[in-house]
Amino acid sequence: MRREIPMIVAFVAGVILILEFFVPTLRDVASEIQKWYLVVVAFAILVGAFSLLRMNYMKVRGRRVDWPYSIVLIVGLFAMTIVGIGWGIEQGTVFNWLFTYLIIPMQATMFALLAFFVASAAYRAFRARTVDATLLLVAAVVVMLGQVPIGSIWVPSWWPDSLVFLTPDWLKDRIMNIFNTAGQRAILIGASLGVVSTSLRILLGIERSYLGEE
Amino acid sequence: MKSAYAVLLTVALTAAAHGQTLRTAENAAAADTPVDAGGSIDVTWAPSQDELEAEGKVLGYEVWRARRSGGDYKKLADVEAGKESYKFTDKEAENGVDYFYKVRVRGEEMSTDTAPVGPAKATREWFQPNRLNMLVAAVLLSAFILYYISQARAGKALFIRRIAGLEAVQEAVGRATEMGKPVLFVPGIADIDDIQTIAAVSILGRVATMVAEYDASLLVPCSKSLVMSTAQEIVKEAYLEAGRPDAYRRENIRYLTDDQFGYVAGVDGIMVREKPAANFYLGTFYAESLILAETGHSIGAIQIAGTAMPSQLPFFIAACDYTLIGEELFAASAYLSREPRLLGSLVGQDWGKVVILCFIIAGVLTAFLAQFGVEIFGRSIALEQLFVVK
Repeated sequence: MRREIPMIVAFVAGVILILEFFVPTLRDVASEIQKWYLVVVAFAILVGAFSLLRMNYMKVRGRRVDWPYSIVLIVGLFAMTIVGIGWGIEQGTVFNWLFTYLIIPMQATMFALLAFFVASAAYRAFRARTVDATLLLVAAVVVMLGQVPIGSIWVPSWWPDSLVFLTPDWLKDRIMNIFNTAGQRAILIGASLGVVSTSLRILLGIERSYLGEE
Repeated sequence: MKSAYAVLLTVALTAAAHGQTLRTAENAAAADTPVDAGGSIDVTWAPSQDELEAEGKVLGYEVWRARRSGGDYKKLADVEAGKESYKFTDKEAENGVDYFYKVRVRGEEMSTDTAPVGPAKATREWFQPNRLNMLVAAVLLSAFILYYISQARAGKALFIRRIAGLEAVQEAVGRATEMGKPVLFVPGIADIDDIQTIAAVSILGRVATMVAEYDASLLVPCSKSLVMSTAQEIVKEAYLEAGRPDAYRRENIRYLTDDQFGYVAGVDGIMVREKPAANFYLGTFYAESLILAETGHSIGAIQIAGTAMPSQLPFFIAACDYTLIGEELFAASAYLSREPRLLGSLVGQDWGKVVILCFIIAGVLTAFLAQFGVEIFGRSIALEQLFVVK
């Protein structure tokens, strides 16, 4: 029964949510199921927070590598919870101040790393060692030139319309709108079929690895 | 009595002379909300001419409802002025009951009602006809998948193309075992209601079995509590299946944070400290994909990624050793299990692709021929409409 019950729940909820797309009458039932899901998620947050706390407490207790950071985490977790519950989270509260001047800058710092990682990944990917990589390099250079104002500066005003296909703007539009869009659509069609197939396997109970079963 | 009428008439005429009357809302109508579960009526109207001509004269509108045209009207809602057209949905209507509505234009000191509109009746619809195309497509695709599952059950040999990224899973786990380093599995940043996360945790089960058999260690940092709980159960069961329940470490499947970049910082920290030899990034990823993959590359781990997010695939392809593209992510669990019924569903999925391909070719042909005035299927538009989701 330990496995049958989750499978029955998955089947019933899945079938109702699929049918709801076609049968408007089922919308209320589907909406109710989604509310139940939110309730489950709300409880799971407590489980997650407890796991986080336990992990970091064990780390501090065992003086494992970088354990002082765990103290920062535990203090931060409790501080944000206490000031949030105690004084609210609206504009002008301590919670809001901490969020605006600590959390957001830290998020921005992590996001800013992306610029450097794009450069290092592009350097590796665009090295013209193979035909594929060379094509990638040429396409990337053309698109980059087409995207920035400087890419069009070298095209003189007297440039004949018959040779417009040699300008970065024109080439960029073709690469993005034809090749890139076609590729993305192919991926999306394949993925959508995969979604249907995976859903069907789960609904029919053929795919059970999400229950930890082979 | 006559004098009372005279006073009223005088007041009305004086008000009209000073332009103080309000003109009614225009084109007021009430009708059942289309294609819904019932219990709902849409009331629509256009602004009063006074709203259009004199700014600030109309403050707003009120919607009133009664069971009979000349009955006792009750106010349902206030609607602020300032729109080109108005719609209020009465969600408290009983199915099958006639209702009449009035829209009241409200000014500073006066108001004007429309004539009653109706009767309107809320009804429940059992099928959304404009989604018939989707239903046919879903049934057709499901039929293909079910047919090939039954073929696989009957023992028919099915051909599945080789997927390099999945062939490398065993190699990656083996490498981690030989190096005495852990395997890191990142199940994306979406919750368990995302099908990509479900696909990812299904693969996690297969990877965890291999890890248990090889006696390596597995780290699964999660960004959602529910994913963590699911992953813990899956990995625990996988260790049990592999006959090594003692090797299971619950604390290795941990929750970090729901925050996107906080999660990235946490996973990067784990990578730098623990130096895993094999990294798996499977599921839904956004901007964090490249930060994770580049950090993984910097520590020299063998990296296998998979997502159906087209915008993140180039980053994974650039930074990882193997990338499962779109459908390959969803095929992975079946592929790794080699279970005939699961493989059958992959073949069925491929046939669905063949059908879609035929429609695409037909669409391209009809659109191409339409350029030269040749009309097939009432031009390509008819074919295009087959795929419009409403």
